[in-house]
Amino acid sequence: MAIRRGRGVAAINYPTGMNLGGDPTQALVHSTPTGNFMVTLSSVDLGQGMKQIMAQICAETIGVPTDRVVVDTADTDTGPHCMGTFASRGTHRAGNAVIQAAREARQVMLEVAAEELEVNASDLETDGLGNILVKGAPQKSISIFDVALSAHFKRGRSISGRGMFLIPRSYPEKETGAMKPSTCYAHACTVAEVEVDDETGEVTVLTVKNVFEIGRALNPKMVEQQLVGGSWMGISHALYETTEPYYPSRDHGGTDFNQYLMPGPGDLAQTEIIVLERPSADGPYGAKGPGEMCANPQIPAVANAVFDAVGVRIDTLPITPERILRALKAQAGAPN
Amino acid sequence: MELRKSYFADQRKDDLHEIGQPRPRSDSPGHVTGKTAYFADRNFPGMVHLKMVRSPHHHARIRSIDISEAEKHPGVVKVLTAKDVPHNVYTILILIQIGPEDETVLADGKVRWKGEAVVAVLAETERAAQEAAAKVKVDYEVLPAVFDMEEALKPGAPIVNEYHGQNYYLYDSGECRKVRFGDVEAGFAGADHVLEQTYQSSPIEHAPTETTGCVVAPEGNDRFTCYTNTQAMFFTLDNTSIILQMPGNKLHFVGGTVGGGFGGKVDVIVEPIAILGAKLTGHPVSFIYSREEEMQISSPRAAEKVVIKDGVMKDGRIVARKVTGYTDAGAYSRHSPYGAQKGAGHYPGPYTIPNVWIDTYCVYTNRTPSSAMRGFGVTIGDFALEVQMDKLARLIGMDPLEFRFINAYRDGDMKAHRQPTEGAALIECMQEASRAANWPVAEKYLAMSSYAKGA
Repeated sequence: MAIRRGRGVAAINYPTGMNLGGDPTQALVHSTPTGNFMVTLSSVDLGQGMKQIMAQICAETIGVPTDRVVVDTADTDTGPHCMGTFASRGTHRAGNAVIQAAREARQVMLEVAAEELEVNASDLETDGLGNILVKGAPQKSISIFDVALSAHFKRGRSISGRGMFLIPRSYPEKETGAMKPSTCYAHACTVAEVEVDDETGEVTVLTVKNVFEIGRALNPKMVEQQLVGGSWMGISHALYETTEPYYPSRDHGGTDFNQYLMPGPGDLAQTEIIVLERPSADGPYGAKGPGEMCANPQIPAVANAVFDAVGVRIDTLPITPERILRALKAQAGAPN
Repeated sequence: MELRKSYFADQRKDDLHEIGQPRPRSDSPGHVTGKTAYFADRNFPGMVHLKMVRSPHHHARIRSIDISEAEKHPGVVKVLTAKDVPHNVYTILILIQIGPEDETVLADGKVRWKGEAVVAVLAETERAAQEAAAKVKVDYEVLPAVFDMEEALKPGAPIVNEYHGQNYYLYDSGECRKVRFGDVEAGFAGADHVLEQTYQSSPIEHAPTETTGCVVAPEGNDRFTCYTNTQAMFFTLDNTSIILQMPGNKLHFVGGTVGGGFGGKVDVIVEPIAILGAKLTGHPVSFIYSREEEMQISSPRAAEKVVIKDGVMKDGRIVARKVTGYTDAGAYSRHSPYGAQKGAGHYPGPYTIPNVWIDTYCVYTNRTPSSAMRGFGVTIGDFALEVQMDKLARLIGMDPLEFRFINAYRDGDMKAHRQPTEGAALIECMQEASRAANWPVAEKYLAMSSYAKGA
């Protein structure tokens, strides 16, 4: 009886969105009288930080710092339609809608600034700090604060914009299955190292090294929180979690966190995250949707590592100590 | 976390001000100090609590329901049964024309899974609602149940859901969603090795911090405001409008700050019955799942069975792949026909294989309906595919990572569902993993690129 060590690899891709039903999201953007910007959505922030990302996307597009943007989500009386936050679609679909709305608002803002500065709007640029400058003559400038005041009280203009992003529905062809189920794809490759106790069947995941390609890390800190959390969930799905431990039997289903197993802090592997960026052609600033994908490659990587460690294949999830011990027992009883 | 900027540097401009900046989240301080308001923080005078009477059987006919004792229980305001629900038989994907309607808000004549909602009790306190629920008498005639997908697909199996008529979802393509590409049998015939393996998963709970729920307030002008943690506001509003036969302009949904979703909050379960309760009683209504309901009543990730048959050459090329996927929908469709179809669009994985055959089935059994969960239609498929890749590599005596480089898709490669590959990056992820994990591969693989061959 011994502790045996093994490692396994897995490589995957993952689709952004699901347009087998049509996949629309809308956004509205408007300025306040003092040049702050409001993004109105009916999209939902699940805790992943959608509001923050939409604020950064709007700020980048308009040309103001992020803290001048407020995001209002998920009120059906005020927010325009969004299909919902699922299928790794939130940042991609809503982000594109916000960009379109912010561009329209920016155009009005530049037109008002042009009137104030007595130049053409096409000769203006933003400095990202809250000012509008004449290209090549930055000493000639006006603050967005003053532009918004002018628009509201002098010029009678609404600095606002409408954004719509729609992936039209794709109907799978009946005989061949030809279809366009999604847009861009994120990618990952994970290497997991495990120790397996061949006496108890217990698996300890030592290290998980994840490489994720996600298009563009719009906010690297938030990317990190999502990818690390996803990696932990992947380990949990590989080794611990199920509502029906003896599926297809309906017995022994957990009803609380004493019975429904998940890893505790001491069970989490040393986790490494490396991010590559290949901007997607249709993503907001090149972003893809890595929200779901980041919890997938750990499952097969751990399964392959268990085989590498003890030489038995557990092809049924979750890979419990009981299943490992039964497989080891069967292996020991084999004729050779 | 490290950003490796050396890959794809020619495709990126780093001239942005706000994008790419690790700005602190504006909502974090509220989350970590407990000041963020969630739906359950809403409290209204006169609010009543909704509890469900649930089926104790996996499959049974309902002979009769007696609510008289429950109605008399102190604190009870209203007891609802199927006849109170205007459009009781529904299915959520009807909004994108995927029917048939196959599920009841409150059971009518039959229950098809253990835990199915039968009677809704509204009372002044949670305790009174629970006590009254225990006084509802339902007379059941227990029917044979089927839990195993293989058994369910056999002729003569008990029919789980009469709205389908058979124990699988009928697509326009027939009993399964199909993908056909090349000639898979010719591929197997010409292969050096053929390997067929079966993979199985079990249902998984989303385990969000915040359980599913909503609080509904009648607004006095015939409108109802529903504070909810749904992941999809208008999807839920529009389905509620159908179920309650109530114009959408009477409904106002407020949400957007949710304590974890993972796909578990895209079914439309708590909102319609809570709004109906508010309409029929005139009281604000709170309906919040207990942890037990979240784990055994709320839809889990579907269990899946995946059979993969591959033809592979000694030099490492996969020449044919046949995948048969089975998604255990439980008793009702919810999002599962879509999940099975998503699997058809995902196989054979991120590899270029000239001959592919895919069948994905959505199967009904007498268990808690499954539905969306982080990666549904894909996650379990990836488990099966990537363990299969490991087995194939070992079968032909090749390093598992090098084996994947040989088959990895690149820009321009045609996928089985007939979309050309764009924006591929699998090769670069594997190159970086090789370095990061100190898993050496031959130099020729480190020299590969996802860009189109010859580009």
